[in-house]
Amino acid sequence: MAKLTIDDLKKIKEEYKEKTHLREGGYRVKITVHMGTCGLAAGSREIMDSLLDEIQKANVTDIIVTTSGCAGLCSREPMVTIEMMGEPPVKYGDLTDEKIRKIFREHVLEGKIVEEYAIVRGCETSY
Amino acid sequence: MEDLSLHIIDIVENSVRAEATKISLDIETSIQENLLKIKLTDNGRGMDEEEIKLCDDPFFTTKKCGSTGLGISLLKQSAMEAEGSFKIESEKGRGTTISVSFRYDHIDRKPLGDIAKTFYILIAAFPFVDFFFSYKKGELSFEIDTAEMKKVLEDVPINAPDVLKTLKYYISRGIKSVEKG
Repeated sequence: MAKLTIDDLKKIKEEYKEKTHLREGGYRVKITVHMGTCGLAAGSREIMDSLLDEIQKANVTDIIVTTSGCAGLCSREPMVTIEMMGEPPVKYGDLTDEKIRKIFREHVLEGKIVEEYAIVRGCETSY
Repeated sequence: MEDLSLHIIDIVENSVRAEATKISLDIETSIQENLLKIKLTDNGRGMDEEEIKLCDDPFFTTKKCGSTGLGISLLKQSAMEAEGSFKIESEKGRGTTISVSFRYDHIDRKPLGDIAKTFYILIAAFPFVDFFFSYKKGELSFEIDTAEMKKVLEDVPINAPDVLKTLKYYISRGIKSVEKG
């Protein structure tokens, strides 16, 4: 079995520091994956996995992915909330692997909200 | 819930909500005993006797928002359906241990599911928690201790994309090698 060695971790540490040392602190985007019991049953683990995969492919370090419990819209799970710095949060629902990858590319990387999959922006406006 | 690896995320979230900073998760398949065993131990705020009695009630929750507490009750139900057992030990201020077992060859036992993905997602989702994961099948075992890794990584977060990419590969290979035997 392949072993993860201390040298492997040290190498990753040095590469990460090299990549991030010029960037100012803080995150540009916060993505919350709703992983309550309802979200998990609907597939939120796979949505989180797809998101992490996209982040790794995009090679970006200014995005934080976090989780929360049930957001109160169980029938629309799996859901994520995307918060870009200085903008109101956008909640997306009924997600699939394909949808979340599109949302990541268009909203998170290019800043364009994917209205066809959005449920709500901020606290009041519904799409 | 389709498989047990999803139940595991659900109960780990309970531990995190109870402010646990250390979570140990042991999963063991024993063909000899005909059992699949899952044990979670945390150092969260624990429960008193009254809360322990109520925690497998689907309509009991300590959450301030949200009205149900389905996670534990669904896991217990899955164990009972597979002629298993379910036990919670907890002490206020000390932490909680949940031990669940399933008859391995029971027709209604849910599959374990993608446990490698569950370990990886938990590390990504809760980087501030020190996880000790152990996966055993017969004589073979795979273990991962994120506290040890964090010491080496120092100020680089364990959920940094490059670290996660390596961890995903490492965990997946480790679990597969145990499953193949």
